[in-house]
Amino acid sequence: MANTTDTGVSVTDETTSDITVEAPTAAAPEAAPASTPVDPADLVFDVSDLSVYYGDFRAVRDVNMTVERNQITALIGPSGCGKSTVLRSFNRMNDLIPTARVTGDLIYRGVDLYDPRVDPVEVRRRIGMVFQKPNPFPKSIYDNVAYGPRIAGQKKGLDEVVESSLRKAALWDEVKDRLGDSAIGLSGGQQQRLSIARAIATQPEVLLMDEPCSALDPIATARIEELMAEIKSEYTILIVTHNMQQAARVSDRTAFFSVELDEHNDRRTGLLVEYTDTAKLFSNPDDERTENYITGRFG
Amino acid sequence: MSDITVPTRSSGTTLSLDALSGPAARARKEGAIKAVFFLAATVSIIVSAAIVWSLVREAWVFITEVEWANTWGQNGWFPRQGLYDMPTLLVASLIVTVISMLVAGPIGLGSAIYLSEYASRRTRSILKPVLEVLAGVPSVVLGFFALFFLSPQIVERISRSGWLIIGAVILTGYVAMMVIWVRRTLQREASTSAAQMFTRIIVLTLFVLVGLVMVWWILRTAGSGDAGAANFFQVKRSGQLAAASIGVGILTIPLVASISEDALASVPRELREASAGLGARKVTTTTQIVLPAAVSGIVAAFIIGVSRVIGETMVVFMAGGAADAARFTDSPFEGGLTMTAGMASLATGTDNVVGEGLTFQSLYFVGFVLFLITLTLNVIGARFVRNVREKY
Repeated sequence: MANTTDTGVSVTDETTSDITVEAPTAAAPEAAPASTPVDPADLVFDVSDLSVYYGDFRAVRDVNMTVERNQITALIGPSGCGKSTVLRSFNRMNDLIPTARVTGDLIYRGVDLYDPRVDPVEVRRRIGMVFQKPNPFPKSIYDNVAYGPRIAGQKKGLDEVVESSLRKAALWDEVKDRLGDSAIGLSGGQQQRLSIARAIATQPEVLLMDEPCSALDPIATARIEELMAEIKSEYTILIVTHNMQQAARVSDRTAFFSVELDEHNDRRTGLLVEYTDTAKLFSNPDDERTENYITGRFG
Repeated sequence: MSDITVPTRSSGTTLSLDALSGPAARARKEGAIKAVFFLAATVSIIVSAAIVWSLVREAWVFITEVEWANTWGQNGWFPRQGLYDMPTLLVASLIVTVISMLVAGPIGLGSAIYLSEYASRRTRSILKPVLEVLAGVPSVVLGFFALFFLSPQIVERISRSGWLIIGAVILTGYVAMMVIWVRRTLQREASTSAAQMFTRIIVLTLFVLVGLVMVWWILRTAGSGDAGAANFFQVKRSGQLAAASIGVGILTIPLVASISEDALASVPRELREASAGLGARKVTTTTQIVLPAAVSGIVAAFIIGVSRVIGETMVVFMAGGAADAARFTDSPFEGGLTMTAGMASLATGTDNVVGEGLTFQSLYFVGFVLFLITLTLNVIGARFVRNVREKY
């Protein structure tokens, strides 16, 4: 696992990542290919030429990347670069937006997720999601965690699922005596760990995390990051983050997204600029745009 | 670098008070405007208080002077003869409330769910205005509709077996609700306190009791529909409580729909996404997450709906099948007077309300009872609405 010091990240202020960057050189090479060849059995996602549209507006274009089993992949980039949009296309959450449309191939363990025969509900049971804002259901802690297994038809052994999920999410000791209490009463950090427990309870293979720490304080953030490191051996994790230090701390591989401005209609389209090992991306990026971004220098 | 200098327009460090006190004319204008709005608020409060006062004053005369034996257990509401049988009016109001809410509840909530969870933006933009148009239909128009269409074309054609079938459908829905509730309750494996258990037993008992009363009522009234026939004490007149109830129900659909829809719309989108992200289908998300989260708003919609139904006058007056006086009935297929219709039909036009002594005051008494019922319902309803607002 990479950490800040040995990757030489010099950016210290998270807010710098909020500044929108425009691609300085449109002719620059596209996403760099993966640096090492991947064993096909370990390949979880194989994305080629993925574009996401909202209506006729292309939000993200031409994403090419592969994701390996039991790795943590970070998606970073400035606001509006489409990293969340890409993440949400990995379990077809974009289907909930009526105008959203996806082109290209998104192969999950050999199956094209956007094949017409694929049921998005099945996809989401295998590929869980944790959202930016902690969003517990207005139900008891127990019912929150048991929700996923229940709707999947599980009736017996829910107590065990609830306990093991809460343990994995490092929340069990704090809530074991009040499982019947409303989840709304938990603190923000606890709520987010509950969201993770809830996602784990459905026994997914992949966890998608969309800025899971952006609403949390540094202590709660540290706990979530520890948690990710602990559960990494069982899950494949993709995380969108605004915080470059976080990406550097937790991830094995990092994808840097940027935006380019279409001068004809003044709309911004996101694109994948560079995707490689986290250590390399933060110490020795191939692309000038990546370097500008991680050093806090734009344009 | 701790010295921060505040730039000022003048070069000195102190200001004169005049520089910050603003023009006096503006202050006077503010004051006048405030006074106007205060007056408007005061007038509305005074008017409300005056209404309540006039109601209470005459109702009090009735309460103190009436022979209470004449207000209970008589064979009907004959205010001009000094028989003020309250159960006649109360039961008729109850029948109208139950039937119209059976119409307005499911249809209103159903449309709310469709609009909020399923309809595309385009469909919504067409359907919502339609619903609002329905809300704007004057009740006298619906009264006509109930009297000249619902009564002869629908209600009078409901045979004994038809009513039994309708009753069976209603009861099936009711039992299904009960079963779902019990299963949900049992599903919670987490510890249950004694107090929770107690509440649940009470709720279940109420559920069963209400169900039994419904069965009894449906069987009892099945085929009593000598519909449209002359009410014993009156000239032949079309209309029955059932026709009026359906009319009132139609009138109440938009109200139930719009309050329920507000409640559903106030459920955060994040909850729907979280549910979908856990592999829930739309129907699961709607029934397990959205509806429970919006339940207090939906209850409020129903309570406010009931309050509206009880207070509705024109439709029951026109299509209820009785005027001035009515025999006691618990059948929806006969004519009857609700509280509102009883009042309206007695106090119409230039005809002075005459009769045995307290006829005039009896109207105030009924009005007062009605006022208390709707006030209670509205207060409870408002509390539920506030619950929804506070939660998110």
